[in-house]
Amino acid sequence: MAFSLTQKKPGVVMVGVDGQLIVGNRQELKQKVLDALDGGTNRFVIDFTRTGYIDSSGLGVLVSLSKKIREQGGDLRLAGLNDDLQTLFELTKLDTLFSIAKTPEEALAAFSP
Amino acid sequence: MTTPLSLHVRRCGPGGEVEFELLLDVPSDLKYVGPAVELIAERCRHGALSPRRVEFNLRTALAEALANAIAYGNRQDPSRVVHVRVEASRAWLRIHVTDDGAGFDPAVVPDPTLPGHLEREDGRGLFVLRSLVDHVTFNEKGNSVCLTLRAG
Repeated sequence: MAFSLTQKKPGVVMVGVDGQLIVGNRQELKQKVLDALDGGTNRFVIDFTRTGYIDSSGLGVLVSLSKKIREQGGDLRLAGLNDDLQTLFELTKLDTLFSIAKTPEEALAAFSP
Repeated sequence: MTTPLSLHVRRCGPGGEVEFELLLDVPSDLKYVGPAVELIAERCRHGALSPRRVEFNLRTALAEALANAIAYGNRQDPSRVVHVRVEASRAWLRIHVTDDGAGFDPAVVPDPTLPGHLEREDGRGLFVLRSLVDHVTFNEKGNSVCLTLRAG
């Protein structure tokens, strides 16, 4: 399965992206996160530790989800980007839009209990 | 997923710069972008590019080019296909992605990193493409893009 959602602590869901986040599967991620948002969760960590590549559609869906989550008073943080993915966020200046932690554990810890 | 993707490999004779070519026709459905990228990347793993550049630069750039061709070029019309041709030499890899659309003018695509565009969901494809390969050229009509990745 490409996307797994796990509740790591109350009100915080960790989303694992296995493989790639691209034009062919971005809607699946979007729907899963929006469903969780509808269910009352509004704090998310997206973990890219097991992600090979992200295309511009994948970046776009993260931008759109982040906006929706913030509108609901929540927050979306990113974690586990390898050097190439980190560079992609820097080139597109999306590193200025997202909170990016080195590891998912760090991102989780940044959410108050 | 059952896939209609069929990759053709053409070995080139000795003496020429190009060692082999890959030919792939991709139906105009975005669900084939990922599988098409994997088919091509698999064949390029032991060539001019480092494994890291195949895994990231080639895969991301090819996904961008294919998605643009399918979505904007062929407008996801199932009667049309996108043609991919890869030329592989010891010094470089050249990827041609051609659609059946009317083409576009890449010069008019706005910079997605400008403050007013940063929170837009789309419009980053060409920028990402240009960031990840060594050279990008379009044909005059604007329906065929050529991506060059130098060895290394």
